[in-house]
Amino acid sequence: MVEMNALFQTRASLFVRTIVLVILSIALMVADHRWNHLETLRTGLSNLIYPLRYTINIPGEFIQWIDESVTSHNDLIDENLELKQERLLYQVRLQKMDTLELENQRLRKLLGTPKKASERVLIAEIFSVDQDPYKRLITINKDSADGAYVGQAIIDANGIMGQIIHVESNASTVMLISDSNHAVPIQINRTGLRGTVFGTGDSSKLELRFIPHNAEIKVGDVVSSSGLGGRFPPNYPVGVISKIERPAGETFASIDIEPAAKLDQSREVLMLWHNAPPDNYGVESKTK
Amino acid sequence: MIPRPYISIIVSLSVALMLNMLPLPDWANYARPDWVTLVLIYWAMALPQIAGVLLAFIFGLLLDVSQTTLLGQHAVALVIVIFLVQRLYLRIRVYTLIQQAMFVGILLVIKQLIVLWVSGITDNAPDTEMYFLPALVGAVIWPWLFILLRDIRRRFCQTHHH
Repeated sequence: MVEMNALFQTRASLFVRTIVLVILSIALMVADHRWNHLETLRTGLSNLIYPLRYTINIPGEFIQWIDESVTSHNDLIDENLELKQERLLYQVRLQKMDTLELENQRLRKLLGTPKKASERVLIAEIFSVDQDPYKRLITINKDSADGAYVGQAIIDANGIMGQIIHVESNASTVMLISDSNHAVPIQINRTGLRGTVFGTGDSSKLELRFIPHNAEIKVGDVVSSSGLGGRFPPNYPVGVISKIERPAGETFASIDIEPAAKLDQSREVLMLWHNAPPDNYGVESKTK
Repeated sequence: MIPRPYISIIVSLSVALMLNMLPLPDWANYARPDWVTLVLIYWAMALPQIAGVLLAFIFGLLLDVSQTTLLGQHAVALVIVIFLVQRLYLRIRVYTLIQQAMFVGILLVIKQLIVLWVSGITDNAPDTEMYFLPALVGAVIWPWLFILLRDIRRRFCQTHHH
């Protein structure tokens, strides 16, 4: 009888504990979804799993290290030569760029429009890729100590990659533009037509939605960020229109975009501060 | 000094969390079993006095952080699954390994349904028939995982069982 009682008691308390924890979880989810007040809790918990994250990264880094160590002398010489040539090419282009920028500023002054703020960038390394195959998230190795903030634009050498959605300690989570919950305000370079590019969950395809059938667009048009909304700086490439379908009976055309950034190949990315004061202009590379 | 069963449980769950986070190629990602849930189910069944809903809640939150889901999304799913295991552990223990594997498969599907349901309410839920593949893989590997964890328990946790 005593045993029965004990059994009954643990069962009752198991039920109570479960209900309490379920209610607590729901409260957490609501708080997280509605008000984003839980960044501190998230950061604290991510500190707990940081050692695990670090450990699983070791094999990959070790393989990379071996790969770099056994590269032959000749390969290095070749690569060095190539890089030098590339650098020369970029320097020439940059000179032209400087002149153009000055000219642009002068013309803007004449027109009476305010000068565009210059941008500052910092190189970050991709730390890990989210394991959920239905999301397009990556983790980079920079945190608020490096100036990372929620909403910061992330680019690579070819175009816009995404934006930071959580800043943790020693790491930040980036949602790529290919995530199905992501959208970028854009304009088409050739015509200035504005629109919004949505992620599809597929890293080789984005969608330009809500463009009417009769809009002036064609395959091959380059799509850049418009800067509307303030999150992404204007005039960074987003992609190229790769397919246009105008299904009868639908209000809008179905337009596929091939992303400009190498969303699943890059290892280094650039964090962008686009409202930075002009004296911070230039690439800063800080290693941890 | 921390009692030995706690160490075995925490270490095996940490390894499971690492397996959940390990970077894999895309095709393997779709089939990745949910190691943390599998290991929690084992401990809740084998040592129900120690591994209960609170442990499920804590590791659920860690899963939420590692997978960047809403805080509480995996936690609520794991708490419900472990509650079921705690109610039924006496029955599960006498099942054969195959029956156990099928039962575990059902538990994994329940867990994924809860996570999917929350995703569906808050943002875009994935829309593919591949979604339940991890539950199937989890059920298939259950017998091996069970034997492995049972050996660990017999070796490191001297209890009154067996």
